[in-house]
Amino acid sequence: MKTYRTHLLLCAGTGCVSNHAFEVKRALEEEIQRRNLGDEVTVVATGCNGFCERGPVMVVQPEGIFYQQLTVKDIPHLVEEHFLKGRPVKRLMYTETKGAPPVPRMNDIEFFRHQVLVALRNRGRIAPEKIDEYIAYDGYASLAKVLKEMSPEEVIREAKTSGLRGRGGAGFPTGMKWEFCRRSPGDLKYVVCNADEGDPGAFMDRSILEADPHSVLEGMTIGAYAIGAREGFIYVRDEYPLAVERIQMAIRDAEAYGLSGEGIFGTDFAFSVRVIRGGGAFVCGEETALMASIEGKMGRPRPRPPFPAESGLWGRPTNINNVETWANVPVILARGGDWFASIGTPSSKGTKVFSVVGKVQNTGLVEVPMGITLRQIIFDIGGGIPGGKRFKAVQTGGPSGGCIPESLLDLEVDYEQLAEAGAIMGSGGLIVMDEDTCMVDLARYFVSFLEDESCGKCLPCREGLQRMHEILDDITAGRGTPDHIDILERLADTVKKASLCGLGSTAPNPVLTTLQYFRDEYEAHIQEKRCPAGVCKALIQFSIDPESCTGCMACLKACPTDCITGERKKPHSIAVEQCIKCGACFEVCKFDAVRKT
Amino acid sequence: MILEAARMLGIEIPTLCFHEALKPHGACRLCVVEVRAGAARGGTLVASCVFPVRDGLEVHTSSDDVKGVRRGLIELLLARCPESRQIRALAERFGVAESPYRPRDHLCILCGLCVRACDEIVGARAIDFFSRGQSLDVKPPLLNPSAACIACGTCTTVCPTEAVRLEEIARVPHEHPVLEGRPAERCRVCGHHPATAVFPESYESWFKE
Repeated sequence: MKTYRTHLLLCAGTGCVSNHAFEVKRALEEEIQRRNLGDEVTVVATGCNGFCERGPVMVVQPEGIFYQQLTVKDIPHLVEEHFLKGRPVKRLMYTETKGAPPVPRMNDIEFFRHQVLVALRNRGRIAPEKIDEYIAYDGYASLAKVLKEMSPEEVIREAKTSGLRGRGGAGFPTGMKWEFCRRSPGDLKYVVCNADEGDPGAFMDRSILEADPHSVLEGMTIGAYAIGAREGFIYVRDEYPLAVERIQMAIRDAEAYGLSGEGIFGTDFAFSVRVIRGGGAFVCGEETALMASIEGKMGRPRPRPPFPAESGLWGRPTNINNVETWANVPVILARGGDWFASIGTPSSKGTKVFSVVGKVQNTGLVEVPMGITLRQIIFDIGGGIPGGKRFKAVQTGGPSGGCIPESLLDLEVDYEQLAEAGAIMGSGGLIVMDEDTCMVDLARYFVSFLEDESCGKCLPCREGLQRMHEILDDITAGRGTPDHIDILERLADTVKKASLCGLGSTAPNPVLTTLQYFRDEYEAHIQEKRCPAGVCKALIQFSIDPESCTGCMACLKACPTDCITGERKKPHSIAVEQCIKCGACFEVCKFDAVRKT
Repeated sequence: MILEAARMLGIEIPTLCFHEALKPHGACRLCVVEVRAGAARGGTLVASCVFPVRDGLEVHTSSDDVKGVRRGLIELLLARCPESRQIRALAERFGVAESPYRPRDHLCILCGLCVRACDEIVGARAIDFFSRGQSLDVKPPLLNPSAACIACGTCTTVCPTEAVRLEEIARVPHEHPVLEGRPAERCRVCGHHPATAVFPESYESWFKE
């Protein structure tokens, strides 16, 4: 095998690719050839590195030097200075704030320092399309150990000892679920991977499938052995074409190596996996709807019991787990359930992958031990709120989750602690909000999302979410009435308690938590017809302060409806009837003359 | 299921999408009851038409939560179908005077009884649910008049709100070459078509005549 003195691990996750990472890659390869370094330096396109805010990113090994925000123009200088002359380029390194000294090593950067990689163990260090690289980092060694040395019951025992709980959001103990499925009568059983990741802002599962597809495949194979299944399905949402491509490639490569399909590792254990693509429905992330979809039926949930472990696909015992859950399995079998259980809190073991997005400095993908506080994630890893703004709330668990205010920032990331606060762990989406976010508008957004995605089968979800949306529309449009809050609370209670599936029963959470922690915002909208955050268009008005206005005409030029009048060097004014409240003038004015009231 | 067990004991639980002749659907949620001991999580509301009975299960059919939810569901129904006399009767039965939401103009409550009856009893499968969420509706495939529909009227019989109706669109003249000249009576069910009272073991004897 060819050896190189320097490996350039360039992130080719979807985020960096959107930021021209492949063009950077091409430029690197061309420049390396031009400088005759082709035998010494190689470029490897890896999966998502995690620090999406600073993409395109690249790690130089073996030094561990981290470069960020690379452009094609930077490449000739970089290649000459660092790879030819051995002088790392400070200008392209990470700095915590403008003017601060650069931090050359990835593991010294705050964003990375606090992370513990288990599910994301191979991130940024392997080419996802090369099975040999997965194997080089002990890939499939757990599967070999399981097939040669362990019985299915021993595997289940290890899973139970680890305390691994479903990472899709519900947090059901994985080992216990495997045991139910194993114990269900029947010879024909199925194993499923739920890769329908639908929460807005969540991309944990996408990154795992794109960066390290074999980790999921190996995990599923181990689970299939434990349960006694010979067939498996990976249900991927169709909006993830790269993930679909990579997992399909991984299956083909594993089959070619005898690591999937018939006679795995030369034993008589066989396990075949098929990839099924979703059709664009959030509700198909719900396990019974997902199974209906695999069967070719409409993606609508059905009541449980019976649970899938007893009767799932085509009536057979079926075990469904999330992508991240499966990715943890090989590590648990390699290092032992006890090791996994040594990380985290008493009830929530191991680590969790979070997508940190919204009004936060360092947006990206992180994996942290359970028990870390929300404050640590948002401020230490996330770098706090940009633009000098104040933190307001963090939404965990997507549209099924809840908003957590500043007073609860020291909550530990733990299934039960988050549930007590009215939120849920969910799949790991963490949306940070600042003082410019209207909590009523936010609740309205999540309700409208779920209303759109509701399958419509049951009354409380279908009609209830529609009516909740109507009320929130009224409130944000200035039509709120004093009894709206009571009606909303009762309605939310009905939807929560009576819905058929998790979509409906968790849909009221954003409304309930914002009512609990930000009731004053609702009251301001209703009683004073005022939006404290200055977001709800019907309740704000833009005007120009004649004292501060310098007459520079910048706002005039920016206005899309030409509703601003004024001559150069004379105060301008906004014609309120034509104003569509887009805020362009507000953004563009350098003199703070545009006021939002 | 809990619903049937309760009814056997004379305990009243309201339903809309339940029918003895069909597999339970669990969609209207009106039949929810509170299950305490013996379930995975105590104090949860479950649809009694789909929840199996089990030894040690403790079921509350009129707890505060159940009553509150029933009220909430009826308010939603009343807003959806204010002109339906069956929904108004249901509201009166449970003391729901009015609904806080803007009224709509439906008769169909999307309970699915018509779809399920056409599938499970008749076997024609001429109609099914179409689309999702707010635009959920019951239609024949591809929204074309269904060739599979046999106009049996089962869907109109099971519909709880008279939302499905049969409309006479044409008269079909029919000949009964086999029945001609034989004693026949009016069909007992629809009273419309002649039917022969006696059918032979085989038609050969008739054809020989």
